[in-house]
Amino acid sequence: MRRYLEIYWLMIRNSLIREMAFKANFILWMVVELLWFLGQIVFLEVLFGHTERIGDWTKWECVLLVGTHQLTAQLFQAFFYVNLAELPDLIRTGRLDILLVLPVDAQFAVSTRKFGMDNVVNALVGVAIVIFSLYQLQVVPSAQAVALYAVAIAFGVSVHYAVMFFLATIAFWIVRAQGLIYGYYNVFNIARFPDVIYRGVFRVIFSYIIPVILVANVPSRLLARAFDSPWNGLAQLAGAAVFVVVGTRLFWHFALRRYSSASS
Amino acid sequence: MRKGRPGPDFSFALAPALACAPGSRMTLATFWKFFDIGIQNTFVYRWNFLLRAVFGIVPLVGTVFLWQAIFASSDGPIEGYEYSTMIFYFLVTVVLDQLITPTEDEWQIAAEIRDGKISAYLIKPMNFLGYRVALYLSYRLLYVAVVFVPIVALAVIFREHLHFPSNPMTWLAFAVSTVMAAGIQFLIAYALAMIAFWVLEVSTIIFILYSFEYFLSGHVFPLDIMPAWLQPFIKWSPFTYELFFPAQIVMERVTGRALAEGLCIQAGWLVATYLLARLLWARGVQKYQAVGG
Repeated sequence: MRRYLEIYWLMIRNSLIREMAFKANFILWMVVELLWFLGQIVFLEVLFGHTERIGDWTKWECVLLVGTHQLTAQLFQAFFYVNLAELPDLIRTGRLDILLVLPVDAQFAVSTRKFGMDNVVNALVGVAIVIFSLYQLQVVPSAQAVALYAVAIAFGVSVHYAVMFFLATIAFWIVRAQGLIYGYYNVFNIARFPDVIYRGVFRVIFSYIIPVILVANVPSRLLARAFDSPWNGLAQLAGAAVFVVVGTRLFWHFALRRYSSASS
Repeated sequence: MRKGRPGPDFSFALAPALACAPGSRMTLATFWKFFDIGIQNTFVYRWNFLLRAVFGIVPLVGTVFLWQAIFASSDGPIEGYEYSTMIFYFLVTVVLDQLITPTEDEWQIAAEIRDGKISAYLIKPMNFLGYRVALYLSYRLLYVAVVFVPIVALAVIFREHLHFPSNPMTWLAFAVSTVMAAGIQFLIAYALAMIAFWVLEVSTIIFILYSFEYFLSGHVFPLDIMPAWLQPFIKWSPFTYELFFPAQIVMERVTGRALAEGLCIQAGWLVATYLLARLLWARGVQKYQAVGG
């Protein structure tokens, strides 16, 4: 375990050095993410120009939800996104070989090569939006609520990780997998809306099998709706996160057996 | 003996000459050949296309649920949209999006410029823009063929919300507008890729423009539910004519004089983006250094 932490620290340090070599690009990526996030807020602004509530969620509860989604998604992107997005290419070109022969766990090796500092900045923007909407809602969360929120965010990041890792792993079977990466964005598109709007089979699939609906909703409820008991939602999210992380790891091992390299 | 020495650098002498020469003529036969190449190359993307289309359904269904909830709590139509027309709007934009939005073109062109691969095209008697148009059309054709089944499935699921116009003139206007929208979308993508002549890393610039395109072309919500003070901007913005405008035509939400006016503005943007694309190409080739070529 300690060895892994040391390796990870070296990876992060390397990534920072690399990023600082291209400062303009670093700032531009921050701008890109910020624009997309502002777009979400504008979208809510337009929607709430025509309605008072979505389900039973008020405007600032929805802003809190979008801010929470931003925080979770950006933390995921900071730690894992680029690495997983590059996995299909590693498979296609056979460059995966080098990572497989390293004396560390292969999943660890492919997941932690790069770290995105610009995403950390954008995660902080998400935090700012969350705090601002709490102020608008006139809610002062208890220390316990904040602690549980942090735990829920961590589970949320692992759900993001598992979904993307699963999609990237499909690349062992198909050559070009750019569409899989769009799949990640498409699936998490529905995570930014209140869970109450979803019904039927759709709700079951995206709460239990691909649990993206829980990811931002559970932590948001912990903060905004302190009068509800936090444990139910948290237990559901924790269960779902463990389920998808273990499930995708099994899938990864299954897929690795198919790998026959490309060049060597 | 000559092998050991680096070859003479033709690029600086050749490139301006080509850029100044009138665009090489392209025969229909050449065009079809390119189209054919495009189809064959793209066939490796078939899984990619299918996955993209299938995953694309998820946000659409999410949008349907969202508007269901909004219409349930509002009393009456929103800016003239009933629940059913709102769903129809999103179905139309999804289909248009599959039909005309370039998926890989700008990334490929930018990569060809950055890696110096366009040298191979520069020395051939062909028109690069024409070549890319042929590839674009072949991509779109294959893409639509692959996503046909999911689209039909969607149409069946949401059949009660389909309100097709009966007037043939509406269909004609819709077809014309869709073709122009495709042209604008492609030319903007093409012009964006040209930035690779000056900047190595173009993806951030592409994504910045996309973020505006995404919200201002009507992907996320119909533009006419935006506040009134924004409407004059929307009327003149090029993004409106990439997706929103043809959708409005087929929904018969724009008719008569407004329709004619809109088509004129759209044609204006088509010409403007074409000129921009040609200008950037001509300037870019002058600057081109054939890195790695």
